[in-house]
Amino acid sequence: MAEVQHHHVHNQDPEAGAEQRKAIWKTFWILLFITAGEFAIAFTIPHGTFKISIFIVLTIVKAFYIVGEFMHLKHETKTLIWSILVPVIFVAWLILALMLEGNAIFEAIFG
Amino acid sequence: MAAHVTTPGAVEPKMWLGGIEPMKASYGKLMMWFFLISDTFTFSALLVAYGTARFSFPAFTGKHEDFTFSNMYWPVPERVYEAVPFLHGVSLPLVFVGIMTFILIASSVTMVLAVEAGHRMDRANVEKYMLWTILGGFTFLGCQAWEWSHFIHGTDAGTVMKVIENGTWVEKTIFGANLTENQYGPPAFADFFFFITGFHGTHVFSGVILNILIFFRAATGFYDKRGSYEMVEKVGLYWHFVDLVWVFVFTFFYLV
Repeated sequence: MAEVQHHHVHNQDPEAGAEQRKAIWKTFWILLFITAGEFAIAFTIPHGTFKISIFIVLTIVKAFYIVGEFMHLKHETKTLIWSILVPVIFVAWLILALMLEGNAIFEAIFG
Repeated sequence: MAAHVTTPGAVEPKMWLGGIEPMKASYGKLMMWFFLISDTFTFSALLVAYGTARFSFPAFTGKHEDFTFSNMYWPVPERVYEAVPFLHGVSLPLVFVGIMTFILIASSVTMVLAVEAGHRMDRANVEKYMLWTILGGFTFLGCQAWEWSHFIHGTDAGTVMKVIENGTWVEKTIFGANLTENQYGPPAFADFFFFITGFHGTHVFSGVILNILIFFRAATGFYDKRGSYEMVEKVGLYWHFVDLVWVFVFTFFYLV
């Protein structure tokens, strides 16, 4: 208990973690800025593959900041980073593959 | 002293042979990460199904301003989600869903600030930021309830559609949407809306419950007694994941 108490008092310094808090708010502004940018794009760029590509790239950028900074994955060990990333890469492939499959179904029915 | 005694034949500790943490993360945090990966699979199954259905359906090919609701093609989402509370009849595409996105991102920030305060054993700040996070969670759920209610009840005029009823084609006016009828487009569109945003909303709700539990335990001094606020971090991982899923739902369901 004495040790816990010591730990507690030691960390009451309000300056501790100030850098981390700065990084958190910076990430927040980046996320807000990207979301606002997506809005602007939604109403200015004509609908098509180009617009969809921008949205997907911006979504991945946002995901990078949320997972990397908020979930702290950027600062974990390499083994943990890859254990999370590799399955997700396969999932991204699955999404793409089944979109193409959906398009093939469309061609077969309406093409 | 006992720890330093080496028995004959004892092996040097090796990375993957037990006794050390190869990923430098506690058991609980690792298990949360692997649970989140499995949850990713569940959500991607829903998004994969959505992508397949959408691409196998005709898209609206006319000019954007000429768009009208029909069950013959997939709707343009920004024409479906254009209502905002207290502004009845005003067309504000995607504004409300944008506000919801902002609320969730802001609650993610307060969550990570609670985690940071936990690292410093700063109980007062953990409590403060957990309360903000809980408030953000409830606000998001309230917004979603309003959006569902609007989606289910539909617009004032409804949409005249040709649908099959008891084996014959009939023309009728449809108001709003449920799992079999949808005034905004094909019924599958409404089904995906209910399942994807509903499954996400359930996650938000569970997250709020967990956050309340964490707040309660922090406020009653449980983590001070334990000497560690790591539980805040674990539940924080879950809360950020919920935010992350919403980022993807926002893009693939509302923007694209």
